[in-house]
Amino acid sequence: MKFAIALFAAPHSPASRRALRFAEAVLAGGHEIVRVFLYQDGVHSASANAVAPQDERDITADWQRFVERHGLDGVVCIAAALRRGVLDTDEARRYGRPAANLAPGWQLSGLGQLHEAVQTADRLVCFGGP
Amino acid sequence: MARSLLIVSRQAPWSGPHAREALDMALAGGAYDLPIALLFLDDGVFQLQRGQQPGALEQKDLGANLQALPLFGVESLYACRHSLQTRGLAEDTLLLPVQVLDAPGLRELLDAHDEVVTI
Repeated sequence: MKFAIALFAAPHSPASRRALRFAEAVLAGGHEIVRVFLYQDGVHSASANAVAPQDERDITADWQRFVERHGLDGVVCIAAALRRGVLDTDEARRYGRPAANLAPGWQLSGLGQLHEAVQTADRLVCFGGP
Repeated sequence: MARSLLIVSRQAPWSGPHAREALDMALAGGAYDLPIALLFLDDGVFQLQRGQQPGALEQKDLGANLQALPLFGVESLYACRHSLQTRGLAEDTLLLPVQVLDAPGLRELLDAHDEVVTI
C-alpha cells in the first residue's frame, strides 16, 4: 500500500515520534511512502538547529536519518516554514536572514505537494492535529 | 477520478495560525481543481462570525480570505450546528454560505470523503 504521511506537530510532541515510528513500520511492512509532508509546527522537525537534551531522543536527527537513508520525498511547506524560521539557503538569502537551517534530506515546497500526495497515495495518515 | 479531501478546521481565528493554515490548505486544493470540502467544527465556527476586529489583536482579517473560497472552487462548506449553538452563533448571520449539519450529517460527510485532515 502507498502511504502519504503528514505531520502537524512540533518535534518535541509525542505526535512527531509516533509519526516516525509509523513511517518506520510502513517500510518495515513492505509498504511504500510516497511523501512525508511537514506542515504547521511539524516544520520544526526539519530544523537542523534543534538540540535535544543528551538523555532524550533526538527526533529531528532521527527524522533526517530516516528520510535520507530511505531516499524519501520529504517536503516541508514553505509558507509554514518561513513563518517559523525554517529556511534553506535560497530563502535565507531572499529574506536577508543570517543562516539556513533546513536539514539535509528535506526540501521546501508548496501545499500543492500535500494535495498531490493525497492523489498519489492509497492512504493519507496525519499526526498531530488538534 | 480525483480523491476527495475534507478539511476540518477546529481552531478560532485568533488562536494562532491554525485557521489560516487550514484555509490555505483548502485554497491550494481548490487551485488544483480538486474536490475539497471544508468543515468548521468546535472553535473553528468562530471563523464564521461577522464583524470581528482582528486589528485589536494586531492580526489580519481572515474573513476576507475565507470569502475567496468559492472563487477558488471550494464551494462545499459546512459547519457543525452543535458547535454554533454552544457558542451563541446564529446560523443566519454567518460570513459564508455554509451548510449546517447535525451529528448524522457530520457522520455522512466524514464517510463521503476519501481523506480527512483536521487542523
